[in-house]
Amino acid sequence: MTRFQPVAALVALACGTLPAFAAAADDAAALRAELQALKNDYDTRISSLEARIAELEASPAPSAAAPAAAAMPVAAGEARSTAAAFNPSLSVILGGTYSNLSQDPGNWQMSGFIPSGGEVGPGERSFNLDESELTIAANVDPYFSAAVTAAISAEDEIEVEEAYFRTLALPSGFTAKGGRFFSGLGYLNEVHAHAWDFVDQPLVYQAFLANQRAQDGVQLKWLAPTDLFVELGAEAGNGEAFPGTRRDRNGLNATTLFAHVGGDIGDSASWRAGASWLDARAEERTYEDVDELGAPVLDAFTGKSATWVVDAIFKWSPQGNTARQQLKLQGEYMRRKEDGDLTFDMQGQGLVGAYASEQSGWYLQSVFQFRPRWRVGVRYDTLDSGTPDIALVQSGLLPAAAFPVLRPADPERISVMLDWNPTEFSRLRAQYAWDDARATDDQDRQFFLQYLFGIGAHGAHKF
Amino acid sequence: MLNLIRSVLALLILAAAVPAHAALKILATTADWGALATELGGERVDVYIATNALQDVHRVEAKPSLVARARTAALVVATGAEIEVGWLPVLIQESGNPRIQPGTKGYFEAAPQVTLLEVPSRLDRSMGDIHPLGNPHVHLDPHNIAIVAKALTARLAELDATGAQYYAQRGTDFDARWTQAIARWESKAAPLKGVPVVVIHRDQAYLCHWLGLVEVAAIEPKPGLPPTTSYLASLVTRLSASPPRMILRNAYNDSKAVTWLSGRIHAPVVTLPYSVGGTPEAKDLFGLFEDTLNRLLAGGQ
Repeated sequence: MTRFQPVAALVALACGTLPAFAAAADDAAALRAELQALKNDYDTRISSLEARIAELEASPAPSAAAPAAAAMPVAAGEARSTAAAFNPSLSVILGGTYSNLSQDPGNWQMSGFIPSGGEVGPGERSFNLDESELTIAANVDPYFSAAVTAAISAEDEIEVEEAYFRTLALPSGFTAKGGRFFSGLGYLNEVHAHAWDFVDQPLVYQAFLANQRAQDGVQLKWLAPTDLFVELGAEAGNGEAFPGTRRDRNGLNATTLFAHVGGDIGDSASWRAGASWLDARAEERTYEDVDELGAPVLDAFTGKSATWVVDAIFKWSPQGNTARQQLKLQGEYMRRKEDGDLTFDMQGQGLVGAYASEQSGWYLQSVFQFRPRWRVGVRYDTLDSGTPDIALVQSGLLPAAAFPVLRPADPERISVMLDWNPTEFSRLRAQYAWDDARATDDQDRQFFLQYLFGIGAHGAHKF
Repeated sequence: MLNLIRSVLALLILAAAVPAHAALKILATTADWGALATELGGERVDVYIATNALQDVHRVEAKPSLVARARTAALVVATGAEIEVGWLPVLIQESGNPRIQPGTKGYFEAAPQVTLLEVPSRLDRSMGDIHPLGNPHVHLDPHNIAIVAKALTARLAELDATGAQYYAQRGTDFDARWTQAIARWESKAAPLKGVPVVVIHRDQAYLCHWLGLVEVAAIEPKPGLPPTTSYLASLVTRLSASPPRMILRNAYNDSKAVTWLSGRIHAPVVTLPYSVGGTPEAKDLFGLFEDTLNRLLAGGQ
């Protein structure tokens, strides 16, 4: 041994100092232990891999899509469980229609009513891609949830249909909502297009609310602690949506109040009824018309607009089993008073005079699911424009023919539909309508075929 | 005069005291969980059941009456595993009731307490109405009921601490009676082991698993999809050679397809309550299993 001492010393010198040598010896032991541990680890890993291979060989050949998932390394699973686990729920609704219209949709006009500027009317002829609705929603934290619904149009535009937060933890039956949301007035206003029972909205919604009223503002709802459903709500917003306009003014520019009551009648029937009030103000709410000579002019309304809505819905299913049969009966009545000034030919003569109107309309519809997956429906729509007081006409300054859009009228429409719902996620529909909205006697006979498909998160079964 | 004032005061105090002793309000999604909550909570709970045995629990709508009940509930007892996914989240959201939000003490699901069968390895809606977390119809195995009962007893005691003793005692009592009943049912059901049956939907899976019934075919080609005539015809050819002993139908199922198949393959249709209240005999949880077994044994003759 002693003979080797110089060698050891040399090695020690080569390695540096003596303490370093001692440390090296320690390191060697640690290395050996580490190697052993590694070996053990690999042994267990290899045997588990062998077991997995045996298992895979024993099981039948996986289907086409499965190998990708099976071959996924563990790391992918780990990434999913952390980064993606909190991903919000996602759902997309695809829709499209084929339309056959007997009249030129270009001259469709709700006679007697100031145009709402919304996407109203029967739409265009032939094949149409409807809006694709993309909804992303999740709880934010224990206090709030949030949801955004974007509508991607066939014209390659993205519109924010709804984007709101909602409280989860307010006491005493209160819920607050803020952002952009479909106003709680009436019944159909809160229903998204893909859940409508017909291809289009009732005429009264098209004329009074530009199809559907989205409020940019806040909503507070209170639910009574009673067995009878009693809900009271109030909204305040910037007032931009029809019948209001955006105004250069701080504060509450549109107010909505609503109340709903509802309940069951035995096991088979349920109902809900409500009343709502919308107070809005318009400033230079422009619309296109033609003067008495047929030249295009731009007219505008400035003033107060108050709308009353009364709604009711009744549903019946044998023993409440909606899978088998369901009968739905619903109707809404709206009445609107507008008071202010009407400007004739804003870009030209700019004549201003007082204007007042009181207009109303209603629809009644029934949809019957006569057997699982199949539904038929019928709807009747009507509006009464009344005769507006137009000071410019009454004073003799302009002839009544200068306001052809406002000529008194009572548009009417009857629609029938049949739809087939292979599953909860798909719907194919045929609809036929006799539309007398135009001022002329030319009835528009409209035939629609529509598809609606939902992918992603399971939709809500709203009442 | 003093006496009158005293009695009025006493009345007022009594009236004020009533809410303090008011029962714990429970909203149960099905009659089965409602029955279990009543077994365990006795007089300390006030149970409202959202659906009845003749309804398809998946297809329920968030009716105003249910939103109103969710508003005042202190506890929601649900099946879970997403069977109520279409309506329960809407109720909770619309209720304005922070006490029953998922993740709080006031929200209880049965399915996470037990082992779920048929957890799909692959998720795709082309496979029909599959439930990502597994088959949610857990209540038809009485062993599951026993497990859920223990968890629910603990939850009741947590929510209503003054009644903890009461719930514990009722829980023990229920467990003893239930264990006895299971033993009785299992010996009675011995002849059902290995008996081939046809089901409609996969909602008998836990019952079949418990009793050892063998599901040889389902009338729905894929979960939630009604059979086509060609599919039914293929079932007839397949099953004629070795017909099942019976075709199981739940009280809420339509009888058309099963009756048609029954005539072709000469196997009787046995209508089972599926849920408490599904048959006149299934008055409570004990009645549900008692009647289910009686009907199966009679049908299997």
